[in-house]
Amino acid sequence: MNFTYRRKRIAGTFVVLPANERLFVEEMKNFNFPEARSLKLKEVMGYNKRRMVQPDVCVSDLAVFGMKQLFDRGLLKPEEVDALIVVTQTPDHLMPPTSNIIQGRLGLKQDTFCLDLNQACAGFVIGLMQAFMLLEQESVRKVVLVNADVLSRKASPKDRNIYPLIGDAASITVIERDVDDSVIHASLKMDGARHQALMIPAGGMRHPCTPETAVLEDVGDHNLRAKDHLYMDGSAIFNFVQVEIPPLIEGLLAHAGASLDSVDYVLCHQPNRFMLQKLADKMKVPYAKMPNNVVENFGNNSGATIPTSIALNLGGRVKENRCRVVLAGFGGGLTWSAMLMDLGKLAFCELIDYP
Amino acid sequence: MNSPVMKSPAEILKEIRPEFDFTASQDFIADGMLDSFDVVTLVAALDKTYGISILGTDIVPENFQNLQTIEALLRKNGVNL
Repeated sequence: MNFTYRRKRIAGTFVVLPANERLFVEEMKNFNFPEARSLKLKEVMGYNKRRMVQPDVCVSDLAVFGMKQLFDRGLLKPEEVDALIVVTQTPDHLMPPTSNIIQGRLGLKQDTFCLDLNQACAGFVIGLMQAFMLLEQESVRKVVLVNADVLSRKASPKDRNIYPLIGDAASITVIERDVDDSVIHASLKMDGARHQALMIPAGGMRHPCTPETAVLEDVGDHNLRAKDHLYMDGSAIFNFVQVEIPPLIEGLLAHAGASLDSVDYVLCHQPNRFMLQKLADKMKVPYAKMPNNVVENFGNNSGATIPTSIALNLGGRVKENRCRVVLAGFGGGLTWSAMLMDLGKLAFCELIDYP
Repeated sequence: MNSPVMKSPAEILKEIRPEFDFTASQDFIADGMLDSFDVVTLVAALDKTYGISILGTDIVPENFQNLQTIEALLRKNGVNL
């Protein structure tokens, strides 16, 4: 499905990263694998260091911290927040919405549209799409989009398929109307028939948490995982990305009447180094045009990898200039989404440590 | 592209999982000799050794079942074995 938006822009973005840094070379001792094999994997997948919250930190803690920084630095006034979208798969509670919790903790006005979206790795583009739709309303002038997850709390430390990859973060992105006549194009696809490829089996109403769902099970390849933990069918997800993302981006560019050559950067969700390199090779995108360094520095932080990549790789540039970018996210659902837009000049664009 | 000093696929496999005899199996995956991460490590090593980039859509178990399927994949990528 294709979408077109006019006169909308990203004003700026902060990415809140837990200060707690974990090193793969220390963590690999937890896995039931020879060290030499783990080190080979480190090189190929980009496992290096990642950021993890302490066990009691929630999405709202990271988001409130980041939004307070915005307010304290005078980059946004609390009364300017007309809508607050929180994209997360690790909400503080099943109910109420985490967006309402953040609104309450920050004392935002009652005339704030609070909305939670259950999306993850495709969630930055989906959150932007929702923000653009809200900005069609005269009463909505600024939207704060929070992409945040604390998935490390749902990953088994004995699961080599998941644990060394996961990073926690919250991106805080402010979206507003553009005075220029800018046009943004987006494409979105979903396939719920493949939802089991990436899921947390227990914890909802279908399969509530019980003492049994917390028991670690041998799930093959020497990995131990409970039904309370995040599960990923790595081969299925890898294949999904390689098959679905190139035509999604080609379709987006065709819809926009643009070419890949006219784009400065292709900023994809970053699951691991290998998967993104293979995607770049398939699409014939030079590695310099598709940054691939979030996982090795911070881990795969779900819907925040694209803003993390923007702040890490383009932070200085997009504060001074505009550049044309394709954004592409893909993950749970299954969901895959892409957007073609101009990025910049941003009033703020940086990584900040929590606390 | 290929040269006499290049490691063979069998030698590369032996480096990844030295405990197995890869000439004695016709299905490395089913026999538990390669898991999905070993396949990733193998693809990265083949890419580097032969100066190629195996397509992500070709990274499926059928192409890594045995030495013959791996060699067929390399030929598809222009490697003269």
